[in-house]
Amino acid sequence: MAQEKRVVFRSGWLPWLLLAPQAAVIGVFFFWPAAQALLQSLQQQDAFGLSTEWVGLANFQALWADASYLDSFKTTALFSVLVAGLGLSISLLLAVMANRVVRGAAVYKTLLIWPYAVAPAIAGVLWLFMFAPSIGIVAYGLRALGLDWNHLLNSRHAMTLIVMAAVWKQISYNFLFFLAGLQSIPRSLIEAAAIDGASPWRRFWDVTFPLLSPTSFFLLVINIVYAFFDTFGIVDAATQGGPGKETAILVYKVYHDGFKALDLGGSAAQSVVLMVIVVTLTVLQFRFVEKKVQY
Amino acid sequence: MVERKPWLDWLAHAILLVGVAVVAFPLYVTFVAATQTAEAIIHAPMPLLPGGHLIDNMSAALGGGTGAGSSAPVARMMWVSFVTAMVITVGKIAISLLSAFAIVYFRFPLRQLFFWAIFVTLMLPVEVRIAPTYQVVADLHMLNSYAGLTVPLIASATATFLFRQFFLTVPDELVEASRIDGASPLRFFKDVLLPLSTTSIAALFVIQFIYGWNQYLWPLLVTTDESMYPVVIGIKRMISGGEAANDWNIVMATALLAMLPPAAVVILMQRWFVKGLVDTEK
Repeated sequence: MAQEKRVVFRSGWLPWLLLAPQAAVIGVFFFWPAAQALLQSLQQQDAFGLSTEWVGLANFQALWADASYLDSFKTTALFSVLVAGLGLSISLLLAVMANRVVRGAAVYKTLLIWPYAVAPAIAGVLWLFMFAPSIGIVAYGLRALGLDWNHLLNSRHAMTLIVMAAVWKQISYNFLFFLAGLQSIPRSLIEAAAIDGASPWRRFWDVTFPLLSPTSFFLLVINIVYAFFDTFGIVDAATQGGPGKETAILVYKVYHDGFKALDLGGSAAQSVVLMVIVVTLTVLQFRFVEKKVQY
Repeated sequence: MVERKPWLDWLAHAILLVGVAVVAFPLYVTFVAATQTAEAIIHAPMPLLPGGHLIDNMSAALGGGTGAGSSAPVARMMWVSFVTAMVITVGKIAISLLSAFAIVYFRFPLRQLFFWAIFVTLMLPVEVRIAPTYQVVADLHMLNSYAGLTVPLIASATATFLFRQFFLTVPDELVEASRIDGASPLRFFKDVLLPLSTTSIAALFVIQFIYGWNQYLWPLLVTTDESMYPVVIGIKRMISGGEAANDWNIVMATALLAMLPPAAVVILMQRWFVKGLVDTEK
């Protein structure tokens, strides 16, 4: 596709006018605050906000020395690995099955995609309700089975709870992309493998799965971005980072330190670290898109 | 089907049914809880069959409850959510259409710079700049207002890209024909480009409406006044009473109400929804 138009309109002022709204919004609400975050990450305010001084990289050094920040990194890593791993494998299984059935495929699709519409915070509330130690129906069932569920005290239970809620919400998205990927694999390849006597199991791992790898890689990046940035609502509603700080993922910590603990410099330094992470993930994603184009 | 293996088909249906059941279970529990009284729920185990209080709970929620946490009327929250989601959606689509039109159909200095500036906003989600963005909104006196809830979220790199990609596929002959007929650029935009873009607009509408309706972190920062809570924030405030002290029947009735509009959009506009997802991620 052409990257430029051959035929264009001529006007000195009109394009500026057309761009003005978007430029104003990104200037005022994106670039100015991002620049502020960069500046504040190099500054320290006194307790009353009366004076600020330049402290160089001290905020970052403080972050690396802060055990709770490093813990938050580990928590986030564990959380995103679990969310991406479980979310992708469950959705892939469902998509392969939905791709196989002839009757009812559209119904299954509709019944599986609606959680996309549920707000993360509401997903958190629903799962919290089912697993609330004293009143939750699932917590009650687990206790009947001999598992004393209490995510308010047990950090593994808390992590399990937010992972389940996050995976539940993301399955719909992964499912749609896997299904589209599966449907774009030429039937002739599968048929050829079948004629050569490959079992359905063999066919999946030797033909379908490798051909699906662009979709899988794309979804992996998207799921990690999701786990890092879009799950704030789930964490805030279900566990509030607790017990202790065992489920405080990075985004939750930025919010907590900036708005609850009022540590502006530290929060800004954390923002800058997050920016670096987003840039890395975005670059990864776009490099992959370029590769897909060359196929 | 490559070969006939009935047991594999049964297995596929079985796995899908289990998947659907697990996905639907939280919704079912929510529905049942919304039909019970508060007492029935806090005596574990709560009933697993619907009771007869759905209408009562819904009207109690809509009119404002007496719960341990927040008790603002949900009807107002639904309205705030609706206005916010619509302004974000229409705003994003409008300013992205205009920017894409300017970038594709005009040559002017700094054009590439604008393009890259819009691109870079992809890497600056609210989460990575929350404190300074809050500061800007506070300085502009936009806290607790629709402007504060919507304007900072209105820029959209993905929508601008989508329209740019689409405009690049529009044949040049249409521009030439319009110019020969003496149409101004804005006339061309209104009478040729907009009608051609309706599919992309519908697809984006679904995605952005859900995005707007489901916002959480940003409204949490900029609204402190109950009358400006979107419903997603309202629910979170309702459960602040602690496990057994919350009116869970009202909370779950509210959750149902809060899920209804975006779920309806996804299911009723399924074709556009799928197209929107696939297009915006390209």
